[in-house]
Amino acid sequence: MRCFVGVDLGSTTTKAVVLDEEERLLGRGITNSRSNYDVACAVARSEAFINARFGLLARRLEAHGLRGAALVDLTAALERQFRREQHEVQQRALAASAREEAARTKYAAIAADLVPALDAVLAGMDAEVPALFAAEAARRSDFFRDTATSSFMRHAESLGRAGVRFDTLMTLFDRSIIQVENQALDLSFSANIFPALDRAIAEDPARGEALRGAVGEATRAVAALALEEAGAVGTGYGRSKLPFRKEQIRSEILCHGLGAHWMFPRTATVLDIGGQDTKAIQVDAEGIVTSFQMNDRCAAGCGRYLGYIADEMNLGVHELGPLAQQSSRTVRISSTCTVFAGAELRDRLTLGDRREDVLAGLHRAMILRAMSLLARSGGVNDEFTFTGGVARNPAAVDALRELVRENYGERTINISPDSIYTGAIGAALFARRDADKAVTAA
Amino acid sequence: MTTDVRKDSSMELQKAMLARHYERLGRADEDGHPTAYTFVPGNLTELLLSFDLLPVLPEINALQNAMRKKSAGYIGLAEKSGHSEDVCTYVKCDIGMARSGNVGPTGHRLPKPSVLLLSYTGCFTFLKWFELLQQEYDCPIAMLHTPYQGEGRPTPSMIEYMVRQLREKVIPHLEAVSGRAFDPDRLAYHLELSARSEDLFVRVLESAKHRPSPIDAYFGGVYYISPIFTAFRGTPEALAYYEALWEEVEERRRQGLGPITPDGEMGVERYRVVVEGPPCWTNFRDLWKMFADEGAVVVASTYTRVGGIYDGGFRHDPARPLESLAEYCLGCYTNLNLPSRTEMIARQVRDYQADGFLINSIKSCNSFSAGQLLILREVERRTGVPGGFFESDLVDPRYFSGANVKNRLESYFQMVQQKRAAPARTAR
Repeated sequence: MRCFVGVDLGSTTTKAVVLDEEERLLGRGITNSRSNYDVACAVARSEAFINARFGLLARRLEAHGLRGAALVDLTAALERQFRREQHEVQQRALAASAREEAARTKYAAIAADLVPALDAVLAGMDAEVPALFAAEAARRSDFFRDTATSSFMRHAESLGRAGVRFDTLMTLFDRSIIQVENQALDLSFSANIFPALDRAIAEDPARGEALRGAVGEATRAVAALALEEAGAVGTGYGRSKLPFRKEQIRSEILCHGLGAHWMFPRTATVLDIGGQDTKAIQVDAEGIVTSFQMNDRCAAGCGRYLGYIADEMNLGVHELGPLAQQSSRTVRISSTCTVFAGAELRDRLTLGDRREDVLAGLHRAMILRAMSLLARSGGVNDEFTFTGGVARNPAAVDALRELVRENYGERTINISPDSIYTGAIGAALFARRDADKAVTAA
Repeated sequence: MTTDVRKDSSMELQKAMLARHYERLGRADEDGHPTAYTFVPGNLTELLLSFDLLPVLPEINALQNAMRKKSAGYIGLAEKSGHSEDVCTYVKCDIGMARSGNVGPTGHRLPKPSVLLLSYTGCFTFLKWFELLQQEYDCPIAMLHTPYQGEGRPTPSMIEYMVRQLREKVIPHLEAVSGRAFDPDRLAYHLELSARSEDLFVRVLESAKHRPSPIDAYFGGVYYISPIFTAFRGTPEALAYYEALWEEVEERRRQGLGPITPDGEMGVERYRVVVEGPPCWTNFRDLWKMFADEGAVVVASTYTRVGGIYDGGFRHDPARPLESLAEYCLGCYTNLNLPSRTEMIARQVRDYQADGFLINSIKSCNSFSAGQLLILREVERRTGVPGGFFESDLVDPRYFSGANVKNRLESYFQMVQQKRAAPARTAR
């Protein structure tokens, strides 16, 4: 079947989506952006295709009459085991790379201690895998780097001081994880789904029949399905680095406009707050951008601002919003300069302000800055769609609702759970349209 | 600028003119040649030349220093001596240069001013700038006050007021400094040459009405305005320059060629745009390349009107020497109010059939930047073409964020392209 791919290479994460010919979302993939953009792009893209196959699998099973809890349980088990297969492929690559690194002559003097220590850490990591992907396990991150880092650190620490320094082991890890991330490993659907199927059967014999029968058949069909990439468009900050031709690259402003229109067809104004920029975009009834404003010279008040504040407060970035929502009295914060905000934060806490009140003030300051860009771009028109990573922060959303009401009156504010994919979806829609144009031209 | 730069022969001519001028300035103190420091908008070059005073233009020194990557150091020096980060960076670059031995952009030591001729036209900073230079050099200031065009046009009383200042203040001052009596015939001679250069200059600007435009009227335009806006207007060499330039432009038009950029021939003309605001001198070539790479040609700009709006019909006039100098000062772009500026941009968009217009908002120039967002909305409303906005600075490299500006320009041009592809769609 013909598919259209959109890739959004952001400053923090790289997103990819796959659309079908009817412009329906088949699959999404996300990975952390890294020094090697080509790899980030390849990973996100292959993730999106894998996700698409799982989506297609679910469609087929539904067509077979499988519904409700049974369908969810089976596909979830299959996907979980598939992730485990992928994880193991990467873990094997990590182990090989770490052993190779440890064998280098610079470690010759400590090899007698280092090699067994490394073996012990790696064995510990391997032993942890089944629990990590057990049905009841709550996985913290989708990124191999995150899971592997915490697991490696835990085992390296538990070795104590016997012979090898913790730092030495972590240096080995750092070098190896980069190797793994920049290596093209076979994490594809077809290479990993069948062992996953076997594991899912082994995990719960009661499911065996369905998995061997209808599900197995559908899985084989989906694995064999040719997903033809009929067009691809790239966008985002790293777009010039994408392995695409110039005509296949679009500005993220246009992509966000069109992506937001696809999600909410009545969108007139889009606000996107990403890692390092804020964009206020006006679109017409077709999702075509008519004007836009974005921050220049200074990236104060963008997503990174929240990341910095979270670090300052020793919190996870996702914890900030809920904490700020508990505020009863918003503290007035004047500066949106990320660095000054850190100082102001400490100052306020010293003066006795509550953490949640200060956080509420920081969120408001951030949105105030976005309001000024919105005003410049032509205001907030109905409907108003909020996208980007910061749209997931409930306190930012609250501050936005409040300020929009104060300045523009009642507006319908749309936020999609897929908002992080807005740019990638817009890019894929452009790919679809470009393909149409190419056909007309030919 | 280390890579090969393509230059037209008129550009070579101009380069030689500038080099000769700076050489002359380098010898002026030694030769006992009196000099006058003065500003581009509302410059009285013909009058200065009639007294045989050598004009020195601090703004030009600042921008030339920026193009030669020297401005950052000078600005740092001025900040060290107490000038705030928010002060106009032209001023700080100039002060820093003065404090570093007053060696000009070409390496020649610049002469001390015999007089500071402050022909004030709309920019308040000019007043403060020359106050600072007065302290620096301990020299006299001759002030010519140009009334602001608050109602959008000069009145007879404004012209009369200015002529009186010229007669009663400026001319006696210049006589005292130069040791020469005012010579009306010499002034008329220079004004006559100015008017002939101005005719040719307007033809060059208007050549951009052709498709493809043979010139870039902003990045290229900066070179075209240089002689007429600075020390050369009213000289035979400036006239020779404009004759050569016009021939060159005409030839390019005949051959259907676009402008030459520093990186070679411009490719296909994909976008025709109007630009408001001064250029970013520290990254002049980077910015030009960002336009050229997108196939964007600037067909008209307001910056090329800061030293006089000749395409609006104004000419220096030997028959009305002082009156025409007064009208010239009054009509400079910097002396116009917001409605007049808006009208000029809207007219340029229409007359030059532009696909859009872009505003380069300058961090340290309040005179230009105040009100630009109003202009943006209003011009969009009147013309129906999309406006774009980006930010940079005159000569302070700290305020140029290349990746951001590029991102914004690419987005802007793609937006224009998309709108063009769907002309029937209605804006909401």
